[in-house]
Amino acid sequence: MTPLLSVQNITKRYGAHIGCADVSFDLYPGEVMGIVGESGSGKSTLLNCMAGHLTPDAGQVVFDTRTDGPRDTITMSEPERRMLSRTDWAFVHQHARDGLRMGVSAGGNVGERLMAVGERHYGDIRDKATDWLGRVEIDAARVDDRPTTFSGGMQQRLQIARNLVTGPRLVFMDEPTGGLDVSVQARLLDLLRGLVRDMGLSAIIVTHDLAVVRLLADRLMVMKSGCVVEAGLTDQVLDDPQHAYSQLLVSSVLQV
Amino acid sequence: MNDYNFAYLDEQTKRMIRRAILKGLAIPGYQVPFASREMPMPYGWGTGGVQVSAAVLTPEDTFKVIDQGADDTTNAVSIRTFFQRTAGVATTTATRDATVIQTRHRIPEEPLTEGQILVYQVPIPEPLRFLEPRESETRKMHSLEEYGLMHVKLYEDISRHGHIATSYAYPVKVEGRYVMDPSPIPKFDNPKLGEMAAIQLFGAGREQRIYALPPYSQAVSLDFEDHPFEASKADHPCGMCGAVDSYLDELIVDDAGRRMFVCSDTDYCEARQAAGHKGKDAA
Repeated sequence: MTPLLSVQNITKRYGAHIGCADVSFDLYPGEVMGIVGESGSGKSTLLNCMAGHLTPDAGQVVFDTRTDGPRDTITMSEPERRMLSRTDWAFVHQHARDGLRMGVSAGGNVGERLMAVGERHYGDIRDKATDWLGRVEIDAARVDDRPTTFSGGMQQRLQIARNLVTGPRLVFMDEPTGGLDVSVQARLLDLLRGLVRDMGLSAIIVTHDLAVVRLLADRLMVMKSGCVVEAGLTDQVLDDPQHAYSQLLVSSVLQV
Repeated sequence: MNDYNFAYLDEQTKRMIRRAILKGLAIPGYQVPFASREMPMPYGWGTGGVQVSAAVLTPEDTFKVIDQGADDTTNAVSIRTFFQRTAGVATTTATRDATVIQTRHRIPEEPLTEGQILVYQVPIPEPLRFLEPRESETRKMHSLEEYGLMHVKLYEDISRHGHIATSYAYPVKVEGRYVMDPSPIPKFDNPKLGEMAAIQLFGAGREQRIYALPPYSQAVSLDFEDHPFEASKADHPCGMCGAVDSYLDELIVDDAGRRMFVCSDTDYCEARQAAGHKGKDAA
């Protein structure tokens, strides 16, 4: 089976400082990969390198495209990469404000990706937008309201709807539950788990919340100072951490 | 009065502007940067249009200036006088006699012919400006032909008003490639942009951009399949000349709120009145 995404030796430096070093892994269709680590461990740098927001200094990110099979997304042309990020990829930002157009209604936000790939029928776009609002549990009556009038949790769900409307195959998530209170987090995780399972999505989730990866991720990578220190099945890593840092991370979780 | 070089600008500046115009004509709808000069009038008064006019005028030209269709408003009068003084060219108010027409916010009602040049004053050349504030990003969107965002604006119009409420500066796609802001002309004028026999030049002074439509180029107004583009105007005949096919201004004529509709194109209206047409409000 061809991996959907194959990352090989990704390295990104900021001058003398290391962002992430020599990271490699394969992600297969339908698989959810969690990346955990402390702040500054290079999780977001790695995610941005994979999603094409940053150019890595070395390495390859090979994506199994629908038309041409496996292609290195770092060396492909910018129009191709941007097309990919509008269709087969989705990127969920930590702060919904970074991923939404705050001056545009909820329906317009969801419809933007559809219009960007050439949809030109207002009624269809609106129906799809309303349908997606329903799927992320936002009242269809709010389709014409601006995201500024939404709560933080709703904005995050709207961002997810906006990203998934074109039926992507790979979703990058940068701390999707950060900044939300715990009950809203729980609902969002529930929703995400449902969507990932229903749509057969592959996802890469960056977080420092171990509960999030326990719920969502099949596999887990633990990062420290830009390097992957441990990788494996989520339950295996969390129940029997081998590396000293993983052990520290797991033991740091507050028990209620 | 010849203390100025012909048409105010020096010859090197005019060459620079002509190069930008030629590039604009070669790539219809593409915004060509140019080194806009200080002009003896404030930004927003048509400094871009004036520079383009200065670059294309020859001593044999006949010059006409319209502002919102009218030949006799402040902006039109002062720009016309400016070129009378600095270029000594003949001026006219008759659309058919003019070889260069500088305009703000309108296309003349009378169809233009080959050999005429229509120069637009443009305040904001970037159609995506209010949707994407980053210039670096909008340039990239133009170069990669990513125009989905333009439809988001139209989508917002329909969701808020039930129809496409954008009534001026209505975006057009030129020759199937660049999306262009036709300057704030009413969308009533949009169908005249495409397949026009005259050369259309657009100058934005403050924003330092020139773009162009060569004669007979295609300009399609953006729309949705189920909400097609519609050129709209006030549903009245002109009060002075009775024309039903021209773009109208609404005037409040007394304290009681009585109103009348008149052609915004004064030359068109006067020519019709001279030919004996009479509207219901004509004295």
